[in-house]
Amino acid sequence: MSDGSSETAASLATTPLHALHVALSARMVPFAGYDMPVHYPLGVLGEHTHTRTKAGLFDVSHMGQAYVMGPDHQTTAQALEGLVPSDIVGLAPGQQRYTVLLNAEGGIIDDVMVTRPADPAREGHLFMVVNASRKAVDFAHMRAHLPATVVLEPLETHALIALQGPQAVAIFAQHCPAAAGLVFMTATHAAFDGIDIHVSRSGYTGEDGVEVSVAGKDAERLARALLADEAVEPVGLGARDSLRLEAGLCLYGNDIDETTSPVEASIAWVIPKHRRAAADFPGAKRILQELDAGPARKRVGILPDGKAPARAHTPIHAAGAAEGPALGEVTSGGFGPTANGPVAMGYVARAHAKAGTALELMVRGKPRAAHVARLPFTPHAYVRHASD
Amino acid sequence: MADLKFTKDHEWVRVDGAVATIGITDYAQEKLGDVVYVELPDIGTRVGQGDEAAVVESVKAASEVYAPLSGEVVEVNDALADAPAGVNDDAMGGGWFVKIKLSDAAELEKLMSEADYKAYLAELD
Repeated sequence: MSDGSSETAASLATTPLHALHVALSARMVPFAGYDMPVHYPLGVLGEHTHTRTKAGLFDVSHMGQAYVMGPDHQTTAQALEGLVPSDIVGLAPGQQRYTVLLNAEGGIIDDVMVTRPADPAREGHLFMVVNASRKAVDFAHMRAHLPATVVLEPLETHALIALQGPQAVAIFAQHCPAAAGLVFMTATHAAFDGIDIHVSRSGYTGEDGVEVSVAGKDAERLARALLADEAVEPVGLGARDSLRLEAGLCLYGNDIDETTSPVEASIAWVIPKHRRAAADFPGAKRILQELDAGPARKRVGILPDGKAPARAHTPIHAAGAAEGPALGEVTSGGFGPTANGPVAMGYVARAHAKAGTALELMVRGKPRAAHVARLPFTPHAYVRHASD
Repeated sequence: MADLKFTKDHEWVRVDGAVATIGITDYAQEKLGDVVYVELPDIGTRVGQGDEAAVVESVKAASEVYAPLSGEVVEVNDALADAPAGVNDDAMGGGWFVKIKLSDAAELEKLMSEADYKAYLAELD
């Protein structure tokens, strides 16, 4: 076991909530160039369960935030559609969408959130949230490919804070009533105890909840106001990972990268029918061919039959073929506290991708029985309709 | 009184006659965090000093538990299979991993005393 965080801390970036993490006795680790909390005194297991049953507060300020700004929605959205395979033009004001930036070969440069702001003063703007580890690559790629009339403006000093869990929205709405009116994947500018925020009903845990973009100077006040509620606990990157894994959500760099296509990654649903018909996105040739004939490999959920967790890079074999060539490897895996057992996902050859297919995982050189399972491992609790 | 010894990899050994009980230290369990899985060797397995004797996994990572001494595994703590959190609750006692019948008692000399181990931990933090 090593603890190498101290010697590199000086070269790491910090978020506007760094002092709060330290004050809350977080264990800090380097992550994507930032000094980030991996867990607090409650621990990964407790933080995970707390988020599933009450509400967890996450600092995700290391993620990249930016506005893409053009003269009008049509122009900006069309420009972005040149880089992603989803419907951006059709976004209603206040609507948010998950999509992927694609390279010319149809590989995933990053998976991102795009929101058309509800505020008419932001007409022609799109708000984007991108992965921390990819923001430099994404922003350079976007700047290189967006037309001159559409500019990218990163929000360098803003914080991004998530409150997730069954009680999250009720607690948040005590400070920001507008949040209660949002449904899953919608957003609005609003005031939180008088602080200007942009809030969306979304997240990375499979639970109901919100993600809030706020000026760095106001971030700690907002976070402390939420932590003052006894149902809210701070949650670190450890539980963030186990929560998203149980929810079947991809982690860039593990489950998706520049070699994986959206079809292989089992997120082809981001490509609507009219974009498939138009074939007007990067890598359309490969992606449409994979949609038609099936991809060579596919991301699937994997449930080990026993208790041994299978971590990333564990080789996956066909049942009874542990001696033969691997079908693929686990890309994310570990113990699922809510699933109360090991959970994983990974890529397998298409012939082995059907739910229920028996597999063998080579865990530390020993074959362990497992099978392909439907994702998510824990049902999503998104609030999709105002009447819910 | 049984002789308590430690390794730099944060295992402890309690020797009672020819049999050594082995576990991980309280420092190790705290660094690991919530233990969710323990893999124990088969009874009768022969291990050399420094060989992998068991695996302990927390929510964060998997770590090997090395045999601090050579010998034959004569007993394993089966209770950990169903209740791996026992390692967190009582690392130095009920959370033991394996019992080994020693093949070379002289190897004990290579291990740290409790005072040495405490000094070693002080250097780490």
